Amino acid sequence: MKTNDLILQTATKTVVFIILLFALHIFFAGHYYPGGGFVGGLLTSGAIVLLLLAFDVKTVKKSLPINYRLMIAVGLLFAIGTAVGSFLFNVPLLTHAFGYFTLPLLGKTSLHTAVLFDIGVYLCVVGATMTIIETIGVSE
Amino acid sequence: MLDIIFKIALVGFSLSSLILLIRVIKGPSVPDRVVALDAMGINLAAITALVSMILNTSAYLDVILLFGILSFIGTIAFSKFLEKGEIIENERRN
Repeated sequence: MKTNDLILQTATKTVVFIILLFALHIFFAGHYYPGGGFVGGLLTSGAIVLLLLAFDVKTVKKSLPINYRLMIAVGLLFAIGTAVGSFLFNVPLLTHAFGYFTLPLLGKTSLHTAVLFDIGVYLCVVGATMTIIETIGVSE
Repeated sequence: MLDIIFKIALVGFSLSSLILLIRVIKGPSVPDRVVALDAMGINLAAITALVSMILNTSAYLDVILLFGILSFIGTIAFSKFLEKGEIIENERRN
């Protein structure tokens, strides 16, 4: 039986961008509002899972050529980098710092090194979730 | 006054979820259960909205959108499993 998933694929192409934008918002709102790296990473992997459901593994690999195991390593490197970077300023391990900067478009913004640690959490969560789903979920 | 209305609506959504739970438990076929679970997820989002209005906070607004997204993805995964027998295909053949 031939199946035609035109409605699912067209809806996915629209909804994935909304989910990714929501994940980005949750990630960057994590300091002042509920959210953070963990929920943002899970939502991002949810968007990729929706792509996997609507299309197949080969198409998604072609459009998102990401090595998820390398992604876990890069995330851990980010977390360790922010931890070890505090040694450069003669402060205890994992001491974070922040400051106010004037950015061209956003104006006065407070930048915090905890965001770099959160990026590590985000990359680790996305990498681990997608590795699990791609190795267990795919039927041969 | 508004608080009483919110609580009446909360009781209504709870009764609706309870009736859907009966459909989940003794639904004759699997698609009945899937549709009932989808409707229960949407009811849960509505209950979260009402609770966030009763508690007078906007911290739960992200949860509502999250419930919608998760319910959508879960229902699609279940219906693809019912239609094709596999959820994630290696290569689409049609």
